[in-house]
Amino acid sequence: MRLNRSLKAAAAIGALLLVTACGSTDSDDSSSSSSGLNPPDLKAQSKLGKTEGEVNLIAWAGYVEDGSNDPKVDWVSDFEKQTGCQVNTKTAATSDEMVSLMKTGDYDAVSASGDASLRLIASGDAAPVNTKLVPNYADVFKGLKNQDWNSVDGVPYGIPHGRGANLLMYNTEQVKPAPDSWSAVFDKASAHKGKVTAYDSPIYLADAALYLMATQPDLGIKNPYALDQKQFDAAVELLKQQNANIGEYWSDYLKEISAFKSGDSVVGTTWQVIANLAQDEGAKVEAVLPKEGATGWSDTWMIAAKAKHPDCAYKWFDWIISPEVNAQVAEYFGEAPSNAKSCDETADKNHCATFHATDEAYWKNVHYWTTPIEQCIDGRTDVKCVPYAKWVQAWNEIKG
Amino acid sequence: MTDAVAAAGPLRRLAGTLHRRPRLRLSLLLSAPLLWLVLAYLGSLAALFLSAFWTTDSFTSEVVKVWSTDNFEALLTESLYRQVALRSVGVALAVTALCAVIAFPIAFYTARVARPRWRPLLVVAILTPLWASYLVKVYAWRLILSEGGPLDWALRPFGLSGPGYGLTATVLVLTYLWLPYMILPIHAGLEQLPDGLLDASADLGAGTGRTFRSVVLPLVLPSVAAGSVFTFSLSLGDYITVQIVGGKTQLIGNLVYSNVTLNLPLAAAVGTVPVVVIVLYLLAVRRTGALRSL
Repeated sequence: MRLNRSLKAAAAIGALLLVTACGSTDSDDSSSSSSGLNPPDLKAQSKLGKTEGEVNLIAWAGYVEDGSNDPKVDWVSDFEKQTGCQVNTKTAATSDEMVSLMKTGDYDAVSASGDASLRLIASGDAAPVNTKLVPNYADVFKGLKNQDWNSVDGVPYGIPHGRGANLLMYNTEQVKPAPDSWSAVFDKASAHKGKVTAYDSPIYLADAALYLMATQPDLGIKNPYALDQKQFDAAVELLKQQNANIGEYWSDYLKEISAFKSGDSVVGTTWQVIANLAQDEGAKVEAVLPKEGATGWSDTWMIAAKAKHPDCAYKWFDWIISPEVNAQVAEYFGEAPSNAKSCDETADKNHCATFHATDEAYWKNVHYWTTPIEQCIDGRTDVKCVPYAKWVQAWNEIKG
Repeated sequence: MTDAVAAAGPLRRLAGTLHRRPRLRLSLLLSAPLLWLVLAYLGSLAALFLSAFWTTDSFTSEVVKVWSTDNFEALLTESLYRQVALRSVGVALAVTALCAVIAFPIAFYTARVARPRWRPLLVVAILTPLWASYLVKVYAWRLILSEGGPLDWALRPFGLSGPGYGLTATVLVLTYLWLPYMILPIHAGLEQLPDGLLDASADLGAGTGRTFRSVVLPLVLPSVAAGSVFTFSLSLGDYITVQIVGGKTQLIGNLVYSNVTLNLPLAAAVGTVPVVVIVLYLLAVRRTGALRSL
């Protein structure tokens, strides 16, 4: 009897721990196919109604700033005043997190990168958007409209926000000479053993593939998101070697800032906004775009199929790509804006040139995050590519 | 006045009924907690176990409710899960052992050496770390352990440096976090130790070491076992400390956490590992006979 009680108590503790670890619910409406994109038939909203008083957003760090991080960085307060929509933001650290947050049904809109957007469309979590309800959409760069990652068969599923590249950040005092190649975190990473960092998400495998694309042409990698088994194994092998030199992986941007500030990390992948924030806090760091090119993102604001505050969400879309706000967020995050007119509104007049906002040729070297699927997206038909589920598995194995 | 009597009537009758029927009283008393235990604890465990047999759509990560044992096969065949499970159990055992070694002298002091009127205050002092938020404490440790941080500074005169972020740091911080859960049961156990036994041991000629081995330890062992159930299970389930100070280390909790967004059934399957480990641990503890006197 006494044992029974103890057993029950222990089981209860176990259950508690597990429940906290697995506290997520999933909707049952799986009406998608795993092969080609075959989204459920959803209709875009035809007209705007009265705003609902609030809107729940999922966003990347630095996209929805209300002045609480930096009083000078605030484009939410004016929006709230003008529309009466209170903005509630959930910052997500990875695309995978965004996908799972959208499944909860608690959010109205998300700033999805290409590796999340198609999954959201396929699962029916995101609805098409009516671009006529977003007046500023007219000024969005043509090269961003109706692309593979934000539309299906010509139906737009979101409003382009901006795009950028994943950069290489290094400690200017400890990493000399200044690196100009991703080899600083791969082949030459042992120079800073235990102080190398990398982005903690399966999509980081593409960074390894991109490096192999430049350094091992024999492998024949054309697109870092279309890897056949042999190419995939080479990328995994490279990351396993890298693991020996890694101090810690980051997905929480605050953790990366603190690690670079204290010197626990001295070189690794980053976003421009993280480099800016770390510099503001006194860290001796620089961020560069290495010569091999980079992986990157092109982000899209998408609306939830079951949004509870769709009208506020549409207002937000129009606001965030309005020339002035789009310029602010692009400068703060360190990315190219999506609205052509925002290039005139940036505080640094060269911002659009620096970030190649109009330079479509430049973006050919930046490989936007996208979800790897079995059909190779580089056009090969004679082999099968490794799908994302395998990337996830491999990523866990790499970390060991 | 008559209203009050009328209102008191049914209440008094109810009280009388309950007084006469102890079984009814007991079942009413126990129904709420039992419902909680069965529905919330065992129910969620059952749901966890069931969902571990489903699969997901590889592209959209929607849960597909098709029966399959793939997740458990992966769990048993892939070396990753074996490694991580062993590492987690190792961490939990190390934390438990460290806690026991550190807690024993502290508990001995608070329960037997310190003056009786100080004892409640000392117990409160032991409990104070529990008043602070878990996250604050772990982030404080992140600073302590960081490159050139306080620990490095304190060890520098001896020509040493701190462990940095990693497995050692994880064990260290978990030991700090769960130490009160080990001290309190041992304190309670030592407090109940009759003075007469110690005197008798001394009268029969036993030295301090012998008294400790043959009298104190056997009597307090159940308390250590009780504490170890806490430290072991809490360490086994932790995934936040290791994220903050563990560097690149992964424990079972991290595998659950990293799979829960994309592959809930696999996460559920991984989640059954600690349940099995804890049950095995409790069976092992029972074999020592420690649970009988809890």
